[in-house]
Amino acid sequence: MTRPTPSTDPATPEQRTPLLAAYGLRKSFGLTQALSTASLSMEEGEIVALMGPSGSGKSTFLHCLAGVVRPDAGRVDYAGTDLARAPDARLSALRRTEFGFLFQFGQLVPELSCLENVALPLRLNGRRRRTAEREAARLMERLDVGDVARKRPGECSGGQGQRVAAARALVTRPRVIFADEPTGSLDSLNGEKVLRLLTDTARESGASVLLVTHEPRVAAYSDREVVVRDGRTPEIGGGR
Amino acid sequence: MSSLGPAFLGLLETRPQHGYDLKRAYDEHFATKSPLAYGQVYATLSRLLKNGLVEVAATETGSGPERKRYAVTDAGVTDVEQWLGRPESPEPYLQSTLYTKVVLALLTGRPAEEILDVQRAEHLQQMRALTRRKADGDLGDQLICDHALFHLEADLRWLDLTAARLDELSGEVRDR
Ligand SMILES: Nc1ncnc2c1ncn2[C@@H]1O[C@H](COP(=O)(O)OP(=O)(O)O)[C@@H](O)[C@H]1O
Ligand SMILES: [Mg+2]
Repeated sequence: MTRPTPSTDPATPEQRTPLLAAYGLRKSFGLTQALSTASLSMEEGEIVALMGPSGSGKSTFLHCLAGVVRPDAGRVDYAGTDLARAPDARLSALRRTEFGFLFQFGQLVPELSCLENVALPLRLNGRRRRTAEREAARLMERLDVGDVARKRPGECSGGQGQRVAAARALVTRPRVIFADEPTGSLDSLNGEKVLRLLTDTARESGASVLLVTHEPRVAAYSDREVVVRDGRTPEIGGGR
Repeated sequence: MSSLGPAFLGLLETRPQHGYDLKRAYDEHFATKSPLAYGQVYATLSRLLKNGLVEVAATETGSGPERKRYAVTDAGVTDVEQWLGRPESPEPYLQSTLYTKVVLALLTGRPAEEILDVQRAEHLQQMRALTRRKADGDLGDQLICDHALFHLEADLRWLDLTAARLDELSGEVRDR
């Protein structure tokens, strides 16, 4: 690849700084090498699908990108911080304030109402109950689950629960949303609703989304895809 | 398009109409890519007329060109009914250009995996366009797009399966 000369248009994609980028990640669990050379770069506001067969390392990659798991080698740049080396306190602060998470199973607290679940990330960030719940209620309306606000997660359908979880992932207005097979357990109509609302809301707020999926119809909601195979991705430029 | 004739017959069964209105109704309900060309409309109508499936119900002569209003005949109604009752033969999909490309690449020592990767990206690009169109469309658009999306998804599953079996296939191809 030829390097752009300094006089070229500053808006060319090669010269924009990515919001989140990983270079040459490696990660093993015991004898299992989950990632061998995984790299990825995301722009602000981009929706990227991370695809690949089961066991190819997608979830491990997502966890490394989100500062949940530390890679054995490689670098994860997020807004001037290398997440592979940042102190734990900095990582958990980032996860609380700038990242949102949406997983397939078991993310809602069963003892809390749906509204309290959605408001929880804001409460953990020190917001007052009133303002946190007002914001939570607004998002729940937006995601078409305003009517289950007072119910417990156990009283909701699978599709409603997933949308409540999506509201919770979005409530802090994160800059990056990490979604790992978010529709894996749903029938296709519900799944599509969650995806539509998730990607629409992310686009409105300018959030980036990393969407892990092995399903092409889910990946079709992204702007582009990166395929992981045996812990590897195609190389990207910019790593040192 | 083989369903154009029966579609016209069915639309005329709802009410007799001019060629122009028929084209509009067809485009409204069924056009997926581009609207019907007038040439196609009138060629189809004259074939249906010749086969006795439609008839001219009225001819209006005014200042402009002569306008014919078409109606479906009893034979036409029977024809569309039979067509609706006949199942379409499922596409066997046994002749795949993509399979040929993969085997040729393996035979000539070119990277077959790249062919699959490039095709996967192309398919996903098409699926994105359909997904966007679905988001803006009515229920009819959604169903038309879903039909295409499921087909493309099936292709992608085949691509992944083939990618996972390339080594095996490569051995088989060279031993042949
Ligand atoms: N916490 C863990 N402990 C042990 N092995 C793990 C752990 N997490 C993932 N693995 C292994 O790493 C590989 C990649 O897993 P994963 O990242 O979950 O893949 P994917 O999400 O693509 O299915 C698999 O072989 C899996 O068994
Ligand atoms: Mg996984």
